[in-house]
Amino acid sequence: MADAVLPTPAAGGAAPGTGAGAGAPPKPPGRLGKVLKAPWRAVDSVSGGLIKFFETVGDVLLLGVQTFVWLLRPPYRAKLFFEQMEFVGVGSLSIIFLTGTFTGAVIAVQTIFNLAKFRQEGLYLAGAALALTRELSPVLGALMVTARAGSAMATELGTMRITEQIEAMATMAVSPVQYLVTPRVAATVVMMPVLTMVFNGVGIGGAYLLGVHAFGVDPGPALENFRLFTDPADIYMGLVKSLVFGVVLSVVSCYNGFNAAGGAKGVGNATTRSVVWSAVAILVLDYVITDLMTERLA
Amino acid sequence: MSAKDLDNAPTVVTRAPDAPAPAPAPAPAPAAPAAKKVVDGIEVPGPTDPVTIRIRGLVKKFGPQTVLDAMDLDLYRGKINFVIGASGTGKSVLIRHVIGLLKPDAGHIFVDGEDVVPMGDYELSKLRRKFGMVFQYSALFDSMSVLDNVCFPLREHTKKPDKEIRGIAHDRLTELGIVGADHKYPSEISGGMRKRVALARALVLEPKILLYDEPTTGLDPIATQNVDEMIADTARRTGGTSVVISHDMASTFRIGDVVSMLYQGKVIVHGSPDEIRSSQDKRLREFVETSGAVTFNPERPARA
Repeated sequence: MADAVLPTPAAGGAAPGTGAGAGAPPKPPGRLGKVLKAPWRAVDSVSGGLIKFFETVGDVLLLGVQTFVWLLRPPYRAKLFFEQMEFVGVGSLSIIFLTGTFTGAVIAVQTIFNLAKFRQEGLYLAGAALALTRELSPVLGALMVTARAGSAMATELGTMRITEQIEAMATMAVSPVQYLVTPRVAATVVMMPVLTMVFNGVGIGGAYLLGVHAFGVDPGPALENFRLFTDPADIYMGLVKSLVFGVVLSVVSCYNGFNAAGGAKGVGNATTRSVVWSAVAILVLDYVITDLMTERLA
Repeated sequence: MSAKDLDNAPTVVTRAPDAPAPAPAPAPAPAAPAAKKVVDGIEVPGPTDPVTIRIRGLVKKFGPQTVLDAMDLDLYRGKINFVIGASGTGKSVLIRHVIGLLKPDAGHIFVDGEDVVPMGDYELSKLRRKFGMVFQYSALFDSMSVLDNVCFPLREHTKKPDKEIRGIAHDRLTELGIVGADHKYPSEISGGMRKRVALARALVLEPKILLYDEPTTGLDPIATQNVDEMIADTARRTGGTSVVISHDMASTFRIGDVVSMLYQGKVIVHGSPDEIRSSQDKRLREFVETSGAVTFNPERPARA
């Protein structure tokens, strides 16, 4: 099982090449043959890339499943879990405060500017709150946590991998997945909704302060519309997203760190990949979840 | 047998000191006193036999590259077994198979009569408690202090109170000459000390088999000798099986009991250090002579 997490770069990389060799006709191709074979080569390289992609997705999912299984098996590593909660949660608070406040403020500026064209400034806080709770808090929060904690996970595990610390742990009959990955994933999954709620709070607060005190919007209609248009369902949608994003960003980051290879450059690549893959996965899944959770009016 | 096979056949297959023949082609006596376990025609050594680890037909490929090519090897109980060979001949890959970090494409590895190859997670983790492994660059956990590194296996595998665990770890460190560094971090101590701490960590659960992955690479001659002495002392004190992966011929001749040379994924020479010294195998001679550990050439060309 532990073996399956290890990368199989050689196997994956070799597949297209050997495939071409096996499928080729025995005669050495002439110029015409080469021209005729060019499209096949193109198909081959594309299919090879696709195979590699699905292999990687499979490996990431496998690590996710292993993480879950190890979460249920003793020994339970409460100390490591709390340490990671502190790192992911408490450590990200300041950055969530900062980004949350400014995101709320910029949404306020944009909605007031546009709503003012219809003399509907009183709706701005409701608009900002909907945007934040349903979309911006979970997505931007997850991106900030990826940048801060996900990259740190990839770097830390990657360094442990290339200095053989992960192998050393395995030889001491301690599961590296359980010791290293499970606490990080569990802590991220628990802290992401909390951070999203904080983001919601400071974001809406920032929007209120900016709109009411800087732009002079009447707070009465703003608050009344806010109460009227924002449902618990909106907050709920954001929290569901944040849970999914928490799983994705932590598993992807740990996967990349866990499978780092090739010295300092390899660790750098692992960190880059973990941030890029997490960000892409977060934005794609954001669309999917939104689509699934939004009732169609038409 | 093809010409290629002949080329790779062991040239010196001799018995280890005080050990019966390694029996690469076991002759299964029909009326053997105690019925030996035989798997795929391989006589499996039991937990008290002179052979601790028996490797047969081990094949490992990474993509198109064959690293281990139907390799056979016996490692003896209570001895310091050296596996030598140039870089890239699969020495580290071999040792990782023995402890189950890598799965081979074919072959068997018997440790105390149990085949490692088909083992699952649970059995592997039980098996690994028999082993202690010292890595090339020590592989100490750099987020933990020296003492915590040594405590780690005890905390994971025993239910002893923490105070007692710290006491044991401290004693183990003191035995190996690490004094006053308990609360330092691995980055704050020297390479030779790190190796000692790694050995202390490997020894703390009193394993029966110790694996050393290039223990002297990157150390100066004095530190190398210290590490050699440490390995020999440990083997003498614990009476366990030591397996040392090395390309350091000086260490090999200094402390090795049994030496096997790996070449292109196969064991080509297997014998005592004296036999290695007198072996006429060209590939071995080249390797040993280049290392300068046997012959010192007084007519060294003067630097112009």
